[in-house]
Amino acid sequence: MWRRSASFVLDKHHNNKPISLTPSLDSMAEVNPNPNPNPNPNPISAYYQTRAKHHGIVTSDWLEQAQAAVVRYPDKDSPVAGRRPFSVIEEFDCWRQQPDLAEAVAAVRALAAVIRASEATTMMELEIELKKASDTLKSWDTTSISLTAGCDLFMRYVTRTSALEFEDFNAAKARVLGRAEKFGEISYKARKIIAVLSQDFIFDWCTILVHGFSRVVLEILKTAAQNKKLFRVLCTEGRPDKTGVLLAKELAKLDVPVKLLIDSAVAYSMDEVDMVIFGADGVVESGGVINMMGTYQIALVAHTMNKPVYVAAESYKFARLYPLDQKDLEPALRPVDFGVPVPPKVEVERSARDYTPPQYLTMLFTDLGVLTPSVVSDELIQLYL
Amino acid sequence: MDPRRGPLAVPKVRRVGFFTSIEPSPETPRPNRSLSGPAEAITSSSPLSDSPSGQFISPVQIPPSRHHSDNLASRAAPVPVPGPSAFRRQLANDRALHVGSYNPVDSLLGTSPPSSNGEVSEDSGSLFGFQRSDSAKLSASFPNGGFDMTLRVRAPQESEAKVAIASTSDGRKKNVEASGEGESVAAKPLKEKETKSLKEKTSKAERRAIQEAQRAAKAAAKGEGSKRAGESSRPKPSKPAKQPQPKKEAPQATSSVSEKRAVSVEKERRMDVPQTQMQYDDKSRVDKAKRRSVVEQTESKNKVELFLHLPQYERGNQLPNLSSNIFSLDTIHHAVYKVGLQHLAGDIAGDNARCIAMLHAFQEAINDYTTPPMKDLTMDLTAKINGYVSFLIECRPLSMSMGNAIRFLKNQIRKLPVDLSEPEAKASLCSEIGRFIDEKILLADKVIVQHAVTKIRDGEVLLTYGFSCVVEMILLYAHEIGRKFRVVIVDSRPNLEGQKLLRRLVTRGLDCTYTHINAVSYIMGEVTRVFLGASSIFSNGTLYSKVGTACVAMVANAFSVPVIVCCEAYKFHERVLLDSICSNELGDPDAIANVPLRNNKKHSKTMDNNKNLQFLNLMYDSTPAEYISMIVTDYGMIPPTSIPVIVREYRREDLLL
Repeated sequence: MWRRSASFVLDKHHNNKPISLTPSLDSMAEVNPNPNPNPNPNPISAYYQTRAKHHGIVTSDWLEQAQAAVVRYPDKDSPVAGRRPFSVIEEFDCWRQQPDLAEAVAAVRALAAVIRASEATTMMELEIELKKASDTLKSWDTTSISLTAGCDLFMRYVTRTSALEFEDFNAAKARVLGRAEKFGEISYKARKIIAVLSQDFIFDWCTILVHGFSRVVLEILKTAAQNKKLFRVLCTEGRPDKTGVLLAKELAKLDVPVKLLIDSAVAYSMDEVDMVIFGADGVVESGGVINMMGTYQIALVAHTMNKPVYVAAESYKFARLYPLDQKDLEPALRPVDFGVPVPPKVEVERSARDYTPPQYLTMLFTDLGVLTPSVVSDELIQLYL
Repeated sequence: MDPRRGPLAVPKVRRVGFFTSIEPSPETPRPNRSLSGPAEAITSSSPLSDSPSGQFISPVQIPPSRHHSDNLASRAAPVPVPGPSAFRRQLANDRALHVGSYNPVDSLLGTSPPSSNGEVSEDSGSLFGFQRSDSAKLSASFPNGGFDMTLRVRAPQESEAKVAIASTSDGRKKNVEASGEGESVAAKPLKEKETKSLKEKTSKAERRAIQEAQRAAKAAAKGEGSKRAGESSRPKPSKPAKQPQPKKEAPQATSSVSEKRAVSVEKERRMDVPQTQMQYDDKSRVDKAKRRSVVEQTESKNKVELFLHLPQYERGNQLPNLSSNIFSLDTIHHAVYKVGLQHLAGDIAGDNARCIAMLHAFQEAINDYTTPPMKDLTMDLTAKINGYVSFLIECRPLSMSMGNAIRFLKNQIRKLPVDLSEPEAKASLCSEIGRFIDEKILLADKVIVQHAVTKIRDGEVLLTYGFSCVVEMILLYAHEIGRKFRVVIVDSRPNLEGQKLLRRLVTRGLDCTYTHINAVSYIMGEVTRVFLGASSIFSNGTLYSKVGTACVAMVANAFSVPVIVCCEAYKFHERVLLDSICSNELGDPDAIANVPLRNNKKHSKTMDNNKNLQFLNLMYDSTPAEYISMIVTDYGMIPPTSIPVIVREYRREDLLL
């Protein structure tokens, strides 16, 4: 029966699907590559390139693949750059360089810059231009949920004002710009708001399990440490890009007691954990989250052991997606470094994230407040419909 | 991130918990409901704002002084000590007061239009708060549910009526106590406060009246419980009836005889507290309903005890009877009559089809309608529609979606501008009905198909249960756009609706497997998605659908197969459903008993004359929300927890006010 099972069919289906490659690959190609043990170099999710760049973790495999990919796909898909002097992507890249700035916020800033640089003379033109820019950004990385959701929300927020039609164009443009900047500001501050909101949940002498590296989670823990809370953090290693190590390093700087675990030791140490906090790549309509690979299994273990699972996510990560199962997502692929050469004929699961259904989550810390998973859909319906 | 959302659309205030009013619309200011006191809080503890009080705003505002001097002062006068005895006394007390003091209510009731006064008054009897909450909907899904018209006229008395309801009936007091214990505790401090503030305001005469009332109540409390009912209807001469009663057309009907009053109070109580369905185990009401009914129904013999409250009639034998007196029934429009017969005979099955057929019939009926002289179109047409609806109910109980559609239609009639001429009004109604069919049903189905197809990928095995036209459309469309998938059709006796679907899919070249529900646990292992249709979805996410659906959903859940429910948003219902017993429909019991290819003669002999044997042919069951992964509706794909959001945000503009 297993041959007929859809997961098998779908897996094959996904592995054969070509994914459009992004133009930013060449910037990373200068590091010396190792011999490549992985037999099938596939394109890599741009989202994870950004992450890798920010976190300074570059695996040898991945670079090898990047180079191979660049050779295979010459840099042809930079659709905006040649057409006009101003390019969203360039602007976006420029914002993206700041390691503290989330991708979506960078996108929002870039879109605001589009409005500023626009030479449109009517509101309609401006809107079309904005739409084009946002589509370009979205197509820059189709796998990044927060980028797509951030762009969509921006468009909603900025262009949906009833008063725009009745105003003089320049005034209207100024208003739109104002709103755009406000939105950028709000998105930028979201992390701080979440950190403040979540403080009620961190009590003295608690043990917190975190997975991977999330800037929101780091912000929460940092704020808690600044508030003189006494707590202990268990960091998973976060294979394969070892982002957990990075988080442990940051926390150690703050004098927070940290313990590093390998990813497979989660169940072993769950009984000493008081709560689990995750970040999120995206929050979907069911209230579940899409996050770094391994989140789902930790949530399952925590649920079984009756530990609360909190997810910290900015509201620009709310996406109108509704995955029914793990394979129901656009897979974001990334290289996996096993440390040893992978024998030939052996397949490697390279998906970078998984989907955690809402029933395993206790609360979501967002800048809209502390929400139960079911409220996410409420918010999304109010925002989009 | 509130500033972001502010200008996005209409700023939305999220109201959590119990709130009654939607938003005070400017042209019709609404009486402050909180004033009408704890008894009402007890009875109208509905989480939804669609309670009749919230919906039907009275054209005349209640002078607040009345509330103060009568309602609250009298109610609050007894010692506000929590405890059953105090509570009872208090109840007895203000029961007496109300009965005495609201003559105009009674008389008004007496003069309210008889057409709308019909079955509702008989059918509504219970006191549970939740039932009250959807009386608006009930008016639609209800035999003759005309009280939205009457309510409009009587709305000023509504709050008092409610109080009276809460307190009058003796037998129900326990109910009130049980359901209201929590609230009553919460209400007490408030009451106390008000007592204080109001005591100063009450005049001497009023205080004396209160005192007397208390005394009377004490006496009543000492007496036996059974006597109390009679006592309650005793008029209170001391009660000053000097309030400025907002009357419309109330000649003082001087019902000085106490019994008469009791009857009319009782009547009003019933009118104001309707329920979804007539409780068919209530003998007197069933008899009354029978006398009025158009369709002659024979009750089935061996009833299942748990389902006595549902209409239990043998199907089939009314049909010749009905079709024979088609010419004698001139009150029912022929188009409606036809639809009724089709429902009865089962020619039209499926919720959407039934609803569309009914709406088309109404369209025709409205086209042929002329307002009789000296009558108002709004009133008369509503009464007419009520008559049609009660006829349709006699043919077959309405589905939830039909109830919603009728409610929509009635609201349209109610909203008609007064200055519209008759042909214009008719044309506008017909186009509104057409728009409802197009937008809420046909277009919604298309949108649902578009959404649902995104969840069908190559290589999948889809399971569906019974026959749902939306699911059929989804499967056919997915096949059309070239998805490679396989379909498992699960079917069940006695209707075997799945065969229809099977036939249609196979002729279009889909790869199908057909099995009965007995094999569902076997076949589920290879299934990757379950698509289900719905008859209705309730606010708590409970799916109300053809019987067997719950079984399929639960098996799917056990196999961790996602269950996708496809349902148009007009079928959503703001009520809450917990089990399949309260709200259901009984099919023909013989359909279960008669197995084809069996020696029928011998078989039926043992079956028919056996007192110990009852057949239960349930038509619907309810699936709890946790077995549903996703609901595909015209507003997109939502989790079952979001049903109330849709009902709250979108249905108001269509259906209400």
